[in-house]
Amino acid sequence: MTGVVGALVEAWDELRIHKLRVLLALVGVACAVAAITGVTAAVSMLKQAFQEQTDRGMGRQVTLMVNVYPTGPDSTMTTDMDAVFAQVLDRYSIEYASRQEWTQVPARFPDGTRSLQVTAVDQDYAVINRTVPVQGRWFSDEDVEAFSPTLVVNEAFLTSLGLVDLSTHPTVLLGGEAPVRATVVGVLKNDWPQAEPMAFVLYDQLHRWIGIDGNAGPPGQVTSIASGSAMAMQSFPSMQVWVPTGAASELSDAIQHDVAATVPGWGVDVSPNGDGSDPIGRATKWVGIGVGGFALLLGGLGLVNIALVTVRYRIREIGIRRSFGATSGRVFFGVMLESVVATVVAGLVGVVIAVAIIKNIPIERVFGSQIDDMPPFPVSAALVGMACATAVGALAGIIPATVAVRVKVIDAIRY
Amino acid sequence: MSLLELTEVTRSVRLPDERMLHILQGVTLTVGAGEHVAVVGRSGTGKSTLLNILGLLDAPTTGEYLLEGVPIARLSNRARTRRRGRDFGFVFQQFNLLPGRTALENVTAPLLYAGGRQFWSRRRLAAEMLTRVGLGDRLDTMPEKLSGGEQQRVAIARALVRGPRVILADEPTGALDVETGGEVMDLLDEIASQTGAALVTITHDLAVAARAERQYRLADGVLVPIRLDRDSDWVGDVPTLVADRSAMTERRLPTGTGLGADLGADQGADLGADLDQDLDQDGARA
Repeated sequence: MTGVVGALVEAWDELRIHKLRVLLALVGVACAVAAITGVTAAVSMLKQAFQEQTDRGMGRQVTLMVNVYPTGPDSTMTTDMDAVFAQVLDRYSIEYASRQEWTQVPARFPDGTRSLQVTAVDQDYAVINRTVPVQGRWFSDEDVEAFSPTLVVNEAFLTSLGLVDLSTHPTVLLGGEAPVRATVVGVLKNDWPQAEPMAFVLYDQLHRWIGIDGNAGPPGQVTSIASGSAMAMQSFPSMQVWVPTGAASELSDAIQHDVAATVPGWGVDVSPNGDGSDPIGRATKWVGIGVGGFALLLGGLGLVNIALVTVRYRIREIGIRRSFGATSGRVFFGVMLESVVATVVAGLVGVVIAVAIIKNIPIERVFGSQIDDMPPFPVSAALVGMACATAVGALAGIIPATVAVRVKVIDAIRY
Repeated sequence: MSLLELTEVTRSVRLPDERMLHILQGVTLTVGAGEHVAVVGRSGTGKSTLLNILGLLDAPTTGEYLLEGVPIARLSNRARTRRRGRDFGFVFQQFNLLPGRTALENVTAPLLYAGGRQFWSRRRLAAEMLTRVGLGDRLDTMPEKLSGGEQQRVAIARALVRGPRVILADEPTGALDVETGGEVMDLLDEIASQTGAALVTITHDLAVAARAERQYRLADGVLVPIRLDRDSDWVGDVPTLVADRSAMTERRLPTGTGLGADLGADQGADLGADLDQDLDQDGARA
């Protein structure tokens, strides 16, 4: 016990006394640990930013897209697809799902009536696709039963209304022959700079108030793909379901089988938005480890160099300590421990630097978008960095420690 | 039983040209607990080698060394190192204080290799020892800010802080002026006698050697008992030399050597040279 504590005290004293030397030796190690930890954290953030971008476009991992489509010109849909979808969700205990439908609806803007692209979704769409309004809110339970439709629009829509915010509770008339006044409750960021006005509406409200051809009609009933003027407006039943990554493949097959059985003559396609693998994350992780490892190697070499010079400078002191009863093991351990203690301290400094940088990074400027679910600071990366620093310290300490042990006591005292 | 016992100890080293250099030849020496023994001799006669062997820093080539009756040759390196730390305290000519450390930290250093209470109370023990050598008010002073005498006091405190059985002093006054050297030796004698530690002093200063109860002269690796009587039989300020190689031929140093009471290091070396010449002549006559 006293041996270990004594060696630690001795090592700390050495570091305290030779502050400048230690500082010089450890700048490299601290930078290396900061690089390992910081790059790992940055990679984690980059990965999250990329994932969130992907999620916004294609849904979270793993989202299954269930599409029902006609297999011939005479295909007739007589099935209540809403009921089929509801059964599927209930059967497989799927928590998040959203029916989807796309249509064009006439909308009265101050500069005239325009055809507005409307996407009908359920409330869960926002969860599945990480949809967060920049103003206002997403759809709530009350909106489902509201007596007029509510809309979540993009910024281009708001601009077309001649508005910049929702403070005036804007409304807009939607539909052709029997228009309905819809209230804008939320605004989403434009997908791209020159985006056209678009709006989200709740699936049930689309059918209740607007209809898939711009006129009110019963929800979930798509009668025929060849029904005159409505054809161009018409889309086919589809649904997004967010399922656990491990069960995606199995659920995909099961849902495809179950839905197909209910719509004979129609095709059913269930496709995942990914397999849950993370090739970019893996690649960037290895890049991070490579950069950090190389920096650590350079830092370690600097440390060995300075430690060797220092041991030669301290030969007499080592001899004196041997006269006090320091065993060769203790001298070896002591010199090595100096290096280890130094690198551990440097590692801590490196981690602090990495934390400071990561916490103050301008995320939107660096990653191109905000990160909704900021990944926690990678403690594992900090621990790996610390472990690497300690290992480098031990390795860098072995050479000078060996030199120190091989010093002849008598010669050392006279050195 | 003697504390230290060397019997017919030799120490030889092989030179680069393959010749053997015999540093010590058939050295026999016993040191009892609490005794003060001095070894005088010219530079290069093997004094430090003898001290290194006594202090377990070096090992004899042949012969036997018993430490409290235990043959050193039977101890492992680790055991020897532990006994060196526990039983021996070293005082060096150049003080050998650890650079960059205060007086207190220097005296604390040997206690880092001790165990139990000594380890955990190291700062208190070191402070007490420094106070004992008169440096209680200089605990946090760096060695380079201390005078030579004060530095040697720190070195003495460091040598004594673990309560060694033997103090090995290698030219303890060699780097000090005569007056300061005398004070340092007074302190060393006093503390050694108080703690009951044996004191083996290696010096070429006869005045320092004369303080010991027993004196030896080392010449060409051969240890010869001599007697330097400090109080009773001085010629001028020079102590009486009684040398005995075989027949204990007694001689008095030539009068008018010009050596005064202030026997500095250089003067001591000169005196050592005189001694060697005298004793060699004795040997030739014998």
